[in-house]
This record gives sequence, C-alpha cells and structure tokens, in this order.
Amino acid sequence: MLGKDLLGLYDTSAEDIVAILDTAVGMKKLLTQNLKKLPHLQGRTVTTLFYENSTRTRCSFELAAKYLGAGTVNISASSSSVQKGETLIDTGYTLDAMKNDVIVMRHPMGGAPHILAKHVRASVVNGGDGMNEHPTQALLDFYTMREKFGSFKGLKVAILGDIKHSRVAKSNLFGLTKLGAEVVMYAPATLMPQGIDRMGAKIASSREEALAGANVVMGLRIQLERMHGGLFPSLSEYNRYYGVSEEHLRFADPGCIVMHPGPVNRGVEFTSDVIDAPNSKITEQVLNGVAVRMALLFLLVKNRQEGEKHE
Amino acid sequence: MSKLLIKGGKLVFADGVREGDILADGGKIIKIGQGLEDAGAEVVDARGLHVFPGLIDMHVHLREPGFEYKEDIASGSAAAVHGGFTQVCCMPNTQPVCDNAAVVGYIVARSKEVGLCKVRPIGAITKGEAGESLAEMGKMKDAGAVAVSDDGRPVSDARMMRLAIEYASDFGLLCLSHCEDKSLVDGGVVNEGYNSTLAGLKGIPRAAEEIMLAREIILAETLGKRVHICHVSTKGGVQLLREAKARGVRVTAETCPHYFMLTDDVIVTYDANTKVNPPIREAEDVAAIREGLRDGTLDCIVTDHAPHHRDEKSGEYNLAAFGISGIETSFSLSYTALVKSGVLTLEQLADRMSAAPARILGLEGGSLKEGGVADIMLADLDEKYMIDPKDFLSKGKNTPFAGREAYGRVKCTIVDGNIKYRA
Repeated sequence: MLGKDLLGLYDTSAEDIVAILDTAVGMKKLLTQNLKKLPHLQGRTVTTLFYENSTRTRCSFELAAKYLGAGTVNISASSSSVQKGETLIDTGYTLDAMKNDVIVMRHPMGGAPHILAKHVRASVVNGGDGMNEHPTQALLDFYTMREKFGSFKGLKVAILGDIKHSRVAKSNLFGLTKLGAEVVMYAPATLMPQGIDRMGAKIASSREEALAGANVVMGLRIQLERMHGGLFPSLSEYNRYYGVSEEHLRFADPGCIVMHPGPVNRGVEFTSDVIDAPNSKITEQVLNGVAVRMALLFLLVKNRQEGEKHE
Repeated sequence: MSKLLIKGGKLVFADGVREGDILADGGKIIKIGQGLEDAGAEVVDARGLHVFPGLIDMHVHLREPGFEYKEDIASGSAAAVHGGFTQVCCMPNTQPVCDNAAVVGYIVARSKEVGLCKVRPIGAITKGEAGESLAEMGKMKDAGAVAVSDDGRPVSDARMMRLAIEYASDFGLLCLSHCEDKSLVDGGVVNEGYNSTLAGLKGIPRAAEEIMLAREIILAETLGKRVHICHVSTKGGVQLLREAKARGVRVTAETCPHYFMLTDDVIVTYDANTKVNPPIREAEDVAAIREGLRDGTLDCIVTDHAPHHRDEKSGEYNLAAFGISGIETSFSLSYTALVKSGVLTLEQLADRMSAAPARILGLEGGSLKEGGVADIMLADLDEKYMIDPKDFLSKGKNTPFAGREAYGRVKCTIVDGNIKYRA
C-alpha cells in the first residue's frame, strides 16, 4: 500500500499506481460537474514548498487541495536561498511544528524530497526534484493514456526531447514499464543519459524508428539554457532533426495521441499543427493533473488518518 | 626515552611473517629476535597479535589551520594512531593554504606539541592553490614539507604543471596530482553511469580523471621526472598506469579503501557520506583497483581522510561536502577486503600501507629492522567488530562504512618507541 510519502515511481508498485488512477476517475467526474467544494480533506493542511519556479504544478496541487476542502499555504523559496539561509531539514522541522499534513515540494536537486521525508512527520509529495523524478506528472500522463486506450498492455509510448535532464521521462519510464507498456526514447546523444536502456527503455536510432507504430507521442520541453550550455546548436536545428511535425506523425499509429508536460515551445519539440491537432491531449492533461493530485492527496491523508487512529 | 620490549608477536617482514620479539630503545629498534629479555624495558605482550611496521598515510586532511570545526591536528593525530598510523602527510588545502614556509612550520610545530603521530606537511604546488604561480617550494622543503600538491584544486594549466614537476624535482620534492579535468566534471557529484541516471544526480565521467592522469604520465615521461597520482578510482586509470610503468615512466600511484570496497550502488539513498571526489565507481573499477594493488600498478593505499562536520553531510546531496573520514577504518577494511579475500598477502598489505609510501616520499619507517625507527603497529587480525563512527576519535564521523563488520583491529600504536595508542 501507498506509504507516508510519494517520492517517486521507482519505489511505487503498479497496484498503488492503479489505485491512484482509479480514485482519480471519481475525482475527475466531480470536477467535470464543477463540484469544487468537497469535504475529503476538511481540517487538513497542504503546503507547497517550491524551490523552483512553477506555475502549473504548484497551481494544480493548490487547487486540488482546495477543491477537497484543505487549507493551503504556498511557499516560494528562490533557488539561491537553497545555498544559504535555513537548511532544508530545518525548514522541514518548522513546517512540521505547524502541523502540516502534506508538504508538496519541488526542488532543483535530486533526492531533496527523500531527505526532507526522513525528517518530517508530514507526508511529502515530490513535485519534481532535479533530474530525478516528477511522479505526479507521470501519474497524470498515465491517467490520460488509460482514459484513451483503457489499458497499458502493449502500448507503445515514444518519448522525445531532453531525456537527460528530464524527471518526467524517468517517472514515466519507471511507471510505464511496471504497467506493461513499452517505452521508446529518442534524443540527441548529448541529451540522452547513461544507462537508461538498462532501466527498461528502448533507445531508438532515429526519429522515425521512435515514432513507428507509437500509440503515445510525448515531447519533452527543450530548455534554452541547454543550448547555451553547448548541448545542441540551435532551436531551429533541434526542430529540424529532433522535433515532430504532422509529417512525422504519419509514422505513428493512426490512433495515436500527442502529449507534452508543458510548457510547450511551439515550433521546437512539436510544430503548432501537432500541438493543436484533435489528437493532442496537452490541455486535457492539465485537467487530469488536478484530478490525479486530488486522488493522491486524498489517499495519503486517508493513510494518515488510519495511522493516527493507531496512535 | 624508555626501553620497550614487544614479546611474542608475529612480526610482519617484507619477506614473510615470523614469530619474534622486538626491543626498542632511544626511538630505534635495537634488536629483533627470539626470547629477548630486558629487565629495564616496559613489556608489551604481543602474543596472538601481528606486529606491523607503523602504517603511513601519505594523503590526509587535518584541516588545521582554518577548519578546526572539521578536524584539527590534535584530533586528527589521535584518530591516526587509533587507526594504526605512525606517520601521516597532510594536504595543503587549509585556510590559509599551506603554500609557504610559515604554515608548514606551524603544522610541524603544532604536531610535535600534540606528540602523537608524525605529521609531514605537503606544500601547495601553486600559491593559494590558484594554479597561477609556483609556491615557494624550496623554503617549504626546508621548513619540513615532504611533497607538493594542489589536492582538490588540480593544476588545470598543463604548462604550469610541467614547470611544477621540473622545479619541484630540484628540491627532491614529488608532485602529487589530484587528477580532475574540471570542464568534464561540470558540477557532477557522483560517478556518471546507471546509478547517476537512476538517482537523478549529475555524473562525473571517468574521463575527467583519466584525461589528467594521462597528461601527468606524458609530462613525467617527456621530462624524465617523477610524478605521483592521487586516489586512482577507475579501471582506465589503472590501465594507463600499468602501461606507463611497463614503459619505464617514473610514475607512482595510490588508491583508497572506498575505491576497492564500494560500488556506486550506495549513492541511490542520497546518503551524503557516500559523496567523495573522485566518486565511488562501478564493479569493474573495483575489480581493476584490486588487481592494480595486487600487481603493484597501484603502489599504495591511502585514506584521503577528509573529515567534515555533520551539518556538511546532512542536507541535499548536491550541497554536501566531498570526502570520507577514513583513517580509523583503513587498516581493518583493507585487511578484510584484500587479505582475507586473497588479493594480497599480509606482507603485501604491509608494503602498500607502510613501506611503499615511505619509499615514494623518502620517509623513515616502513619496515621492521634493527637500527630502524621504532614505529610499530600491533593488530589482532582475528578480532571482528562493527564499524561505528561514534568510536572515531576524529571529529569527522562521515563514513559510508557505518554498521559494516570488519576484521583486524588495531591494538597498539608505537611511535619512536613510545606507546601512543593502546586498546
């Protein structure tokens, strides 16, 4: 069963993933009925602690908590304050002393939520840690895939973009391989991490090979700072050799869907005709993100309540 | 100085292990033999124990002056004799940097005042370890420096390193090179490979170490001078050294217990006690390091003893300090991992941990012989114990070996014929 925290999908079982997705179905139903004042988390507090800029993830967690009746607090700590001032562990002690139930943390360094979780009573949800994991993004991706295809068995998911720095790619890989899907990756060699093939990913040798027969075509955001760091020469060259246009999508399965964790660079990872096509789920993913986070917060707090009864 | 008689131990010589007694007087070993008696001598009962030449660690960080909250010469010396070491060479990355005769002189004077093990300072290669201009090597040598190194801040400019190797040799000083091409390290914190990807931590490729190692070999070869490679961690590094030695290049090298005992599987829990530079590598590197120690490609075992405050090892992995507090576990770990598993003989272990560093730096000690200095270590090789950093005398409790069982416990450490540690 789901434990105190959700730190990554590497350590989460297929059963727990499915349980979260199943719970999210009901949450989405309530959301689509515009029922946004639910009692599930009444009297509970959810704090978002973000050491990195984020609009959608932070907002998505905050709304998910609010829709379920929780009190919310948002803390934005600039990345530079990681280096000086209060330590992460001391911040954790402080938030714990204030009786937070859940801390959602985003942090630029891999493993930071794991360290926080060891030092606090509150449940810790990893909202993205460095190059490590972004489990709730992957969960909402899975929800979107399952909604379309019903099952993960035999599904081919092509992930294209900056795999090396992507916590989204890794959380997707860890979860999808457990759920029975096939994951194929494609990126410039400079943006492909070592050893990912040994984690279950198939590394394609061309864009066409990656897309061939794919049911899901997922793009990852290319960050400008990677170009400045010398990892690829220009956005237009990236788009020409690694980007996906409508023409490339012809290699994929005719019933495929297009996904992207956002924010999208139009004309870089995907051309606008791909982003705006009817089979693009990019906006739907955002709605699903709220439902999945509602489900996760609900399940974690339910776990806590059971724990508290035993104390 | 009083006389000391070590009776009934198994003496570890270069050519074998033989039972016998050692009589020390005036800081020297005056007699080795069977059934020695001396009414005026203090007797150390060594029955059941092995008697080694005092261990020598040519690569430690004692942190004084400047970082006394991590370690100081007193605590570092106490830790050294606790670990069986009679002589240690301390790196110059202190505050101020040990790049002049005054700091060298301070360390020498302070360590004599502490009076536990012998502390031999290593001077900086360049002023401030800044890599720009040579430090006053001659004056440092006269003040007691035994080698030069910009450990931790490698000399990136090849011309500067060439000049350093040449100039240092005028004074009989050896350059100890911490090999790390910073452009390839690029902010990495662990070995680049499967586990760095798994943990989402930035990797340091082996090439970062091997490229500079190859540079030092080529410099030594073309100049016909000596160079020493610090803490070798990769299979490729061992191979480069093996080939260079076969060609007759005057290069020597060291490695540390964590490179022949651990794989980077240990990093995935984000325990910052596993963060060290160079990083802990993979199984094939561990095997190559062991083979390098066995065939002599790697001359000696050092600890790179790098004590840190617990606050520097508790938060985010990326922010934690690099380094392992290793001087109190080195003997047991090396004995357990290398001798008990048949990689080295006991005589070879004594060579790698005592005779070899003495040879490389021209230090006293390194063997048990009549007329030699009475730097001696006694250990119970059959005693098994659990490593607990609470037992460390070092201020640095940062070890990835906590909770691990090891054989071979240091029982007594004798420096210049005086007992400095006794269990």
